[in-house]
Amino acid sequence: MQFMCLIYSAPNSGPKPGTAEFGPFMKAYGDFTQKVQDDGKFIAGDALQGIETATTVSVRNEKIEAIDGPFAETKEQLGGYYLLDCADIDEAVKYAAMIPSAAHGRIEVRPVVVWDD
Amino acid sequence: MFPPLTLEQTIDKTVREEWGRILSCLASGLNDLQLAEDCLQDAALSAIEHWRKNGLPQSPAAWLITVARRKALDKLRRDRNFSNKQAEITYLLGLENRTMDEVMQDAIPDSRLEMVFTCCHPTLERKSQIALTLRTLGGLSTEEIAGAFLDKPETMQRRITRAKRKIAFAGIPYKVPDKEELPQRTASVLSVIYLIFNEGYLATSGSSLLRVDLTQEAIRLARMLHELLPGETEPAGLLALMLLHDSRRASRTSGKGDLISLEKQNRNRWSREKIDEGISILEQTLPKNDIGPYQLQAAISAVHANSASWKETDWSEIVALYEVLYAIQPSPIVRLNSAIAISYADSPQKALGMLEELEGVEKMQSYQPYHAARGDLLARANRPDEARQSLSKAAELSNNTVERTFLLEKAALL
Repeated sequence: MQFMCLIYSAPNSGPKPGTAEFGPFMKAYGDFTQKVQDDGKFIAGDALQGIETATTVSVRNEKIEAIDGPFAETKEQLGGYYLLDCADIDEAVKYAAMIPSAAHGRIEVRPVVVWDD
Repeated sequence: MFPPLTLEQTIDKTVREEWGRILSCLASGLNDLQLAEDCLQDAALSAIEHWRKNGLPQSPAAWLITVARRKALDKLRRDRNFSNKQAEITYLLGLENRTMDEVMQDAIPDSRLEMVFTCCHPTLERKSQIALTLRTLGGLSTEEIAGAFLDKPETMQRRITRAKRKIAFAGIPYKVPDKEELPQRTASVLSVIYLIFNEGYLATSGSSLLRVDLTQEAIRLARMLHELLPGETEPAGLLALMLLHDSRRASRTSGKGDLISLEKQNRNRWSREKIDEGISILEQTLPKNDIGPYQLQAAISAVHANSASWKETDWSEIVALYEVLYAIQPSPIVRLNSAIAISYADSPQKALGMLEELEGVEKMQSYQPYHAARGDLLARANRPDEARQSLSKAAELSNNTVERTFLLEKAALL
């Protein structure tokens, strides 16, 4: 089964660039990515630019509307994701807990739909 | 001693007793809890009709499972996504050619343990875990569960449906957890069972006649878990604890339905049978040296059960047990109970000193038993004005009529 692990955290809640904690934090991400690859669980994973770069697009009456900013104004923002291939939710939760941001933010784990043909 | 059951009652009892085992077996074969439940429900309806006419079959379980499998096969064949269900259909066809006699020879594989861990999976909300466990393993109807928790049937139905959808689509595995996760996951199942028990034990609100007996259901579930997980000690601990609590059921309330404190209960009315069973389970479990909170609470309850009177209670033994309990479960609630024991082993004054340490704990201010205990200690320490204040505060926090009356009467008597 594929599980999408969405990484949410409040701005400034994690280690900031330039501080002593930031290096180890980034290294932990590198190690995690390496681990899920080695374990054969990794399908995709990326970090996203901050929400100040977000654009929200909608089409109403055949007119494209592109608005500056994220869709929802929430305290915790989507900062990145991993798409993992796991046996079940237990395994997915185990890996999600290893994502470094889980220590200060939250990881939302969602199974990917398999369409019946 | 009891009048013989009518055929209807026998059918009802049989279906309920076999429900959990058959449903677990069907769900694991079909890999679909909803389908399994629908088919078993249909089979149970047919059973009432057939058995009423022809009497109870030799093996009601084999009858129910065979009919439920046929219904599943019909449903799958009618399904428009027929082609995706080949695996399940092949599985059912393999079983289809067996005669009822052969089915009776097969031991029904016991998947109840897988089922209980699925229903109590930590990714489900606690209340949903409780409802699902009662529905799938207790065989209680949605209406009965809703009634037991004073919820609307529609609300409960939605909750159960939502939980089943999550199990089906979120990759919640139908399996017994790995060894390293087993103690933690077992603890979670046990707390679900204990919540069910307490809901039945403490509930005196609502029309009690309409409420199914949740205490008996919880005891049945703990018995099952104890039997299926012989290597774990806490299921036995919880089973013993609940039996010991339940032994006092008849003496806990007066004829009018008023609550009677442990001190004033008529100990001759305690159920010796339940006490003996609880203590015997405990005696088999404690030597395994894998102590846990339920075993300790059961041991404390056993001290009361073994005391001929309130006066003869071995309070120092109880205090010692609470100390061990506090060491492995350092919660303010354990501390509070420990203080109550110390008030008898030592003095109410000493216990009040312990309560002062708890005063700052936020949770305690809105915790009814804290104020009830404080009121009792103050009364015994000859401080009636403060005692009354605490008791009325406790009454205010209680949402149980019987309990509120008990507290207010106690305050009025000071």
